[in-house]
Amino acid sequence: MEVKKSTSIRSMEYEDFKNNDYLEDMVRRLNMDGAGIVLGTVDELINWGRSNSLWSLTFGTSCCAIEFMALGAARYDMARFGFEVTRNSPRQADMIMVLGTITHKMAPVLKRLYDQMAEPKYVVAVGGCTISGGPFIKSYHVVNGIDKIIPVDVYIPGCPPRPEAFFYGMMQLQRKIKVERFLGEVNRKEKEE
Amino acid sequence: MEIEKITSIIPEAEISQTGETVVKVPAEKLHQIAETLLNDKENPMDFLRDIVGMDWGEEGLGALYLLESTRTGARIILKAVTADREKALLPTVSDLWKTALIKEREVYDFFGICFLNHPDMRRIFLREDWIGYPMRKDYDMNSNPLRMDNEENADMTDEYFLRPDGTLEGRKNVVFGEDDFVVNIGPQHPSTHGVLRMRTSLDGENIRKIDPILGYIHRGIEKMNESLTYPQTLALTDRLDYLSAHQNRHALCMCIEKAAGIEVPERAQYIRTIMDELQRIDSHLLFYSCLVMDMGGLTPFFYGFREREMILDIFEETTGGRLIQNYNMIGGVQADIHPTFQQKVKDFIKHLRSVIQDYHNIFTSNVIADTRLKGVGVLSKEDAISLGCTGGTGRASGWANDVRKHHPYALYNKVDFKEIVYTEGDSFARYMVRMDEIMESCHIIEQLIDNIPEGEFRAKTKPIIKLPEGVFTSSVETSRGEFDVVLESHGDKVPYRLHYRSTGLPLVHAMDTVCRGAKIADLIAIGGTLDFVIPDIDR
Repeated sequence: MEVKKSTSIRSMEYEDFKNNDYLEDMVRRLNMDGAGIVLGTVDELINWGRSNSLWSLTFGTSCCAIEFMALGAARYDMARFGFEVTRNSPRQADMIMVLGTITHKMAPVLKRLYDQMAEPKYVVAVGGCTISGGPFIKSYHVVNGIDKIIPVDVYIPGCPPRPEAFFYGMMQLQRKIKVERFLGEVNRKEKEE
Repeated sequence: MEIEKITSIIPEAEISQTGETVVKVPAEKLHQIAETLLNDKENPMDFLRDIVGMDWGEEGLGALYLLESTRTGARIILKAVTADREKALLPTVSDLWKTALIKEREVYDFFGICFLNHPDMRRIFLREDWIGYPMRKDYDMNSNPLRMDNEENADMTDEYFLRPDGTLEGRKNVVFGEDDFVVNIGPQHPSTHGVLRMRTSLDGENIRKIDPILGYIHRGIEKMNESLTYPQTLALTDRLDYLSAHQNRHALCMCIEKAAGIEVPERAQYIRTIMDELQRIDSHLLFYSCLVMDMGGLTPFFYGFREREMILDIFEETTGGRLIQNYNMIGGVQADIHPTFQQKVKDFIKHLRSVIQDYHNIFTSNVIADTRLKGVGVLSKEDAISLGCTGGTGRASGWANDVRKHHPYALYNKVDFKEIVYTEGDSFARYMVRMDEIMESCHIIEQLIDNIPEGEFRAKTKPIIKLPEGVFTSSVETSRGEFDVVLESHGDKVPYRLHYRSTGLPLVHAMDTVCRGAKIADLIAIGGTLDFVIPDIDR
């Protein structure tokens, strides 16, 4: 049997997304071990719930955080997608949204917050500064990309990104969560280490 | 006039007139001159605008002291140099102006100049175990690789002084003692408006002392400027205080235009002034939204953002950017205004006037707001001046400091507007200043919007601009205070040193003064009304 993981999002077609290769790759790897009928079905239900209620730890350091606030207001209203609940404690968050430049002084703090979060956890890097250092790439005090410190799931480029770009990035994360194996997968990974 | 006073004390003071007038005084006489200027009867130089650290290479390390008299508005720049690079020492002026306490720490952090008798010589932006001083010209950019170990903060701090025989002696001062109960707030805290960290010591629920730790968003913009050409430096100003993006950039453009002698077309001046005021409304609306949200009310957040989105739409149509617009250019603005710009601005102001009463109904007259803001966090006028708290915070304490009124630029001397001044100095006055300024900004825009003259929106400039030698300054009133640009040029196509006066640094410094004795529950509300933006402080 083959798992058919849904990678589409309501009201946005599969073809409308640009980077589908990595998702197809994830589905292929999922199918390599064969599919569980019972666990696979429960998985799908859990992932449906998880992807639609992403609680983010707000980690706004500069400009992008203001655009994130605009996202929470009435015009863009991120509650439509189910990620309007922002947490200020890493223990309660599913994902960390890194908004703004990460400096050398901040890097240990970011790593510590990431380590405090419970699995499964995701990282969204928002804005040029978090992705690569952006306009401050040559500075002596700026981390050139947070992927040097923590693993990143979705990159949202822009300076700052438009609210629509935020949504696109967040929907990519939702799709990624939907094709993940939730039951068993996490524990097995820990044993390997 | 001030120069005569200085030369009467020390005849050997060197005066350079390229660009701004800079008076070079010997380092050992700096304190004496500063004291004379401060205690002058007619024209006291009671406002220390900024201390700008400098590395003049062979001449040595030193600092520029920008002084202003709050009574007459007269300004003067002092320069003090120390030739010894290994053991750079300057006398402190922190006993004369409180703001020097934090500004001298900044200079120490970046240049390694030690201020004698300064009670708190710790680093402020960089890690306490940082190696070297990054703003020195001979700093090795690769000397501090990324470190992932957590930073330890010392509870003791150093003070240095000279013994009568000329030897340097150190002494330890206590920041927090053994019996202090210290609560750490930040750097990742939703209500500190960025990544501010405050170590707060408490006595029950009363605040005993606040020790701000900055630098969590220090990006080294000033150092980067030294390797960028003048048009390139503009892009970074928008990222300083992103809620005053237009105004910051306006200041730098004015400074370069003044130095290069570029005439800005009338149309560009109109556009710049209108954009500045729109930005101010935008910022104050965000201030309102965030303050109320920090205090637990969510509805005004949606009110504020509803109107703010309208401004962002107007910005976007003309400039292409929502939050960071990159609009001002040397010699004018980047693009002409959108054909519907004028109509949309007029519609917006009409709309804002119709809804502003809702803002007041829901919050200003609310009993919770009254009790949490009135009489809380009082900052006296003397403290406001000594701490250098410009902008709405200073005006709420009765200090008339609006740069638009006292040192007009662009079109501010042609328009009629009131300078909003309250005298209470409490959180509520700070809040009301900003709410009233929204209406004043509307009033300014209304006078200009129909009279934008035809013509060029940008003067022709060369792609590579070289400025003559000298020190140049310009100042504007941003949404949260006086923003100064200090530019030292050595005749090159890149600046030798480009420094920005942070509007927020004195405000964060004032937190300690304002909050002492207040309740910990009021800390966030007081911080909210002081209205600082951290990326502008850390630069």
